[in-house]
Amino acid sequence: MVWVFKIYFMRSIWRTLDRRVLADVGLTCVAVFFIGLSYGAIAVASGFPLWVPAALSVLVLAGASEFLFVGIVATGGSPIAAALAGLLVNSRHLPYGLALPPGVTGRRWARLLGTHVMNDESVVFALAQPDQPRQRAAYWACGLGVLACWPGGAVLGGLIGSAVHDTSAFGLDAMFPAVILALIVKDLRDARTLRAALAGAAVALVATPFLPAGLPVLLALTALLLLVRAPAPAPSPETSTSTSPGQEPAAAEVRAAR
Amino acid sequence: MKDGALVVAGMATLSAGTYAFRLSGQALRARITFPPRAAKLLEAAAVILLAALVATTALTEGHGFSGFARPAGVLVAGVLAWRKAPFLVVVLAAAVVTALLRILGVA
Repeated sequence: MVWVFKIYFMRSIWRTLDRRVLADVGLTCVAVFFIGLSYGAIAVASGFPLWVPAALSVLVLAGASEFLFVGIVATGGSPIAAALAGLLVNSRHLPYGLALPPGVTGRRWARLLGTHVMNDESVVFALAQPDQPRQRAAYWACGLGVLACWPGGAVLGGLIGSAVHDTSAFGLDAMFPAVILALIVKDLRDARTLRAALAGAAVALVATPFLPAGLPVLLALTALLLLVRAPAPAPSPETSTSTSPGQEPAAAEVRAAR
Repeated sequence: MKDGALVVAGMATLSAGTYAFRLSGQALRARITFPPRAAKLLEAAAVILLAALVATTALTEGHGFSGFARPAGVLVAGVLAWRKAPFLVVVLAAAVVTALLRILGVA
């Protein structure tokens, strides 16, 4: 019965989405597979047994936080601090859930799985669709694709990685920062985010010689202060209750910082 | 891996907490209005954390400097990513540049 439902469901995804959206979802899943390959290889190369990236890829299913977790623990940081840092990165899933129209993630039992496959890609594809049937179809196509490709890539990458012994000779140690950089470069095009990110990176680098591993990265969050500075004082109480309070002060801050 | 039990505890915390985030956004949707400014700050916090991770893993090893080969490879990757090169090209460039520099004797 469940299988009949699933087959019917997959066919309805196939029919609801047009070719171009499906091709884009497919390409995204291929990219996710390759990130998964590098993730598995890096995790194994930095001393983890294969089951760690494999289990994380299925149970967490959020690449950036897994990279962060593996990176902090591999450099000697506490796994609990690494988990908290990863949760901070994954807190963006809360606003994702707020942004998705109800029903997109499924109903009743399907929603348990539909909630788990919420990620950057599935949310972006869903929100780009014009109506709810297509939003639901795009969300599930991308979500299930990532659920297959991310762990698949991670396990295969781990198997390849464990065959390579001298990781520094192949420059594999440079792949980890490069992967993260490639994932966040689109966010860094925003001037304020770039400035805060550079400040945070500088704080982490300065702290590294003095603090235990893992802490310098968390200390980088002090750079958030660059973004939460109090808005410019409003000339009258009326202005502070206007419909778009975020717009004007933000522009003023950018000007002031130049 | 030093302490297996602690790593498993960390993995469980990360998995359960992430699922809770995914669930709570949907549950809250009907009840509260999330200020867009707060949502933006959450997003920026993630980027800052990840940028700091890039800087420390590219430039440091333990408590010291990692040598020039690795940050040089990451820098090339960063330039390629900024110019919108495909993901695979970006990541392979980092590894190839770093490996070539080491062959040439750069630490």
